Amino acid sequence: MKLRLITLACALTGAAAIAAETSPKEIQYDEYGAVAEPLTGVAGDAANGAVIVGEKSKGNCVACHEVTALADIPFHGEVGPMLDGAGDRWTEAELRGLVANAKMTFEGTVMPAFYKDEGYIRPGDGYTGKAPSAPLTSILTAQEIEDVVAFLATLKEQ
Amino acid sequence: MNKKALTAIAAVLAYPVAVIAGPDEDKLVINEELNMISVTEAPAHAENLDTIYSGWHFRTDETQALQTDDFDNPAMVFVDQAADLFGTVDGAAGKSCASCHEDVESFKGLQASMPKVDAESGKLVVMEDLINKCRTDRMEADAWKWSGADMQGIVALIGLQSRGMPVNVAIDGAAAPFWEQGKEMYYTRYGQLELSCANCHEENWGNMIRADHLSQGMTNGFPTYRLKQAKLISRHNRFRGCIRDTRAETFAEGSDEFRALELYVASRGNGLSVETPAVRQ
Repeated sequence: MKLRLITLACALTGAAAIAAETSPKEIQYDEYGAVAEPLTGVAGDAANGAVIVGEKSKGNCVACHEVTALADIPFHGEVGPMLDGAGDRWTEAELRGLVANAKMTFEGTVMPAFYKDEGYIRPGDGYTGKAPSAPLTSILTAQEIEDVVAFLATLKEQ
Repeated sequence: MNKKALTAIAAVLAYPVAVIAGPDEDKLVINEELNMISVTEAPAHAENLDTIYSGWHFRTDETQALQTDDFDNPAMVFVDQAADLFGTVDGAAGKSCASCHEDVESFKGLQASMPKVDAESGKLVVMEDLINKCRTDRMEADAWKWSGADMQGIVALIGLQSRGMPVNVAIDGAAAPFWEQGKEMYYTRYGQLELSCANCHEENWGNMIRADHLSQGMTNGFPTYRLKQAKLISRHNRFRGCIRDTRAETFAEGSDEFRALELYVASRGNGLSVETPAVRQ
């Protein structure tokens, strides 16, 4: 019985993912910069989120933030606050807002917006230094944002 | 005490630690005789800095050591080649640099005041412009590529003549509009990462960004021998690389935008010794 319910729930969320992915233009921030609604119908995968946080070609979050949970990855930066305990300090909605566009929470923050695809000054074609030849996409996909949020939510102080 | 208060205390404590982890306190002396000003009071127009530091203070001891003795400085190979080139005839007029500028030492002081506005044209010119103007107008030779080895070798050779002299670029008078343009660029958050020069080099100097120790982005040592590229790197090449790394459409080397930015960034280092040619990571 239990197993069947879970299967059913998975099937439902899977269908919702296809039906309703929130695009960067549609994302809704509250007045404090939080995003209550998940961007996809598929629950975030914390393990994949950890990969994105550490991977240079993905989120590369460790370039600026230290994360003890990812201590096996060398060279964590110190431009942003340490992420240890982020899951205690912030709700999931707040984390989603911070990862998608931290400027909605902290005006003027150095942190790039990872779920935004317009409104830039001289955006380039990736790291080529050239003008883009196709419409911009956000740095991370909706599902990648959810995965990062799921990982950050696991970062508790003990 | 609640957790918010603890977090606030931790945040306050983090700052002095970051500053201590910042520039080191070594003294830059070249060839055991030339005392360099590598730390000094910031000029008044760099309103968000109190003290300015040469990028030398943010590098490892090993990299620092390469710059303190000209026999160890890998840039000097290129400077020596440039000294030969200085006396080499090129172009239809049958002239070399030395045909007009007999001794390269006559350029002492020039680098410390560059970029500057050319009185005749009213344009902001940098060292590469002066060199190419000589090549095309007087030597009747082809202009050199901005970041090519020939060009940057001569830029370094001429810059070396001012080594130890304090940077002192003019920002007023005819230079003022160019300086304002450069300042605006310095604070513009370019690219998909929305990063300005200031985000890293004014707000976060001394901090680590991944494996890189952020400096104040001073240009007093350019052209710089960069170990990872194993050659002399021009100022505009470094600007280009930084802006590219913000996922932006960058500006071209030799563009008016980069001339203006070069003036503004140089002015933030007014008071630091010219270190050309410096060695960096």
